[in-house]
Amino acid sequence: MLDKEGIAKRIAKEIKDGYYVNLGIGIPTLVANYIPKGMDVVLQSENGLLGIGPFPFEGEEDPDSINAGKQTITILPGSAIFDSAMSFGMIRAKKVNLTILGAMEVSENGDIASWKIPGKMVKGMGGAMDLVASAENIIVAMQHVNKAGESKLLPKCSLPLTGVNCVKKIVTELAVMEVLPEGGFKLLERAPGVNVEEIKTATAGKLIVEGEIPEMVI
Amino acid sequence: MMPLGATSIINLLNYKIVLKVVSSADEAVHDIQDGMTLMLGGFGLCGLPEKCIAALVKKGVKNLTCISNNAGVDDFGIGLMLKQRQVKKMISSYVGENAEFERQLLSGELEVELIPQGTLATRCMAAGYGMPAIFTPAGIGTEVAVGKEIRNFNGKDYLMEMAFEADFAIVKAWKGDTMGNLVYRSTARNFNPVMAMAGKVTIAEVEELVEAGEIDPDHVHTPGIYVHMIFKGDNYEKRIEQRTVRKKDNA
Repeated sequence: MLDKEGIAKRIAKEIKDGYYVNLGIGIPTLVANYIPKGMDVVLQSENGLLGIGPFPFEGEEDPDSINAGKQTITILPGSAIFDSAMSFGMIRAKKVNLTILGAMEVSENGDIASWKIPGKMVKGMGGAMDLVASAENIIVAMQHVNKAGESKLLPKCSLPLTGVNCVKKIVTELAVMEVLPEGGFKLLERAPGVNVEEIKTATAGKLIVEGEIPEMVI
Repeated sequence: MMPLGATSIINLLNYKIVLKVVSSADEAVHDIQDGMTLMLGGFGLCGLPEKCIAALVKKGVKNLTCISNNAGVDDFGIGLMLKQRQVKKMISSYVGENAEFERQLLSGELEVELIPQGTLATRCMAAGYGMPAIFTPAGIGTEVAVGKEIRNFNGKDYLMEMAFEADFAIVKAWKGDTMGNLVYRSTARNFNPVMAMAGKVTIAEVEELVEAGEIDPDHVHTPGIYVHMIFKGDNYEKRIEQRTVRKKDNA
């Protein structure tokens, strides 16, 4: 079974040289730490930046330079800054190659619920609805089951949706799965020490297991 | 050009021809009245028009509808206006870093319309470009789409979202000149340029105010035609919402 860092490490393997990548808040943010050295990857921040750098050194924080999580960051050489409309313009126009975000639920047809729990204080969708509606390559990073032990991979989402038919791949502490165009979670890899039965038990939606399922290499 | 005070302006339409420079935030917000719709630039606490917000708190104007990506924190940004119960409605993409906001929302004192961040930015942009509406895929298949017109282009569904109408847009830039041309700094740019374009009347507060001609025309982010009033703010607090750092030894 993977911890959060493990999930981030596995997702980092999906990133290719030359990609522009948008990382959501939470586990997706950790992915930045595992991008292979020597790979040219540009991180997009939807408030209006291409070229997010590491956190600043203590005492060098610039209040004018933050990421979409409102954290102080540095800005790498070769960066570009633009307004928020252009930022979502490049997302809508599919210029950003990969979007990695968290979720509360994903359904077997690729619907995602990630912003609202009825009865609880709703903070808002931020840029998530724009991202999932436009991005062609969406990976969800999340836990396989919620705190109550219920599967987050469902036949149909029970929570209000963020977007429909959009999730392509899911990485959890147990497995890597692909969402098939015709519906269903196709099991691609098992986390170290996890067997197919455990993944089946934790998946409420249709899990498709074909042949031998390899263990992840991280 | 000689600076002309906003106090000399009676009719909002006159803003189209007045000169730009005013002496203070108080003067800039002078004509903002109860019940108006305001756009406020900034993302989180970054690039906030903090001087105008302070002036609005002082002025005590009420029943405002505020279009702003976020709602500030309890003691900074729009949070200060919420505390004084000046806001009737927030139109934002992400809120709730703010206990007073949550209290007013749950008690029904405050109305909130949550909309996707890209839709928010682009509805501002549409207003500034003179377009009545935009089509975006954001929100298709979700509760955001309820009651809205959907059009299919090339096999994909899009929501029609209307351009915003705001009485005043209030933005923060790094530098401005006496013609109202603006230059932003780093990610403090965010919503400011699109909101600057979208207000019926636009107020810009800047850290540095220079004479016309001192900004290279090639470097202007917001042309002065969109800006009706500009003033220099002093002693910007520029509060940091999430201070994240790394230690030098980890470098």
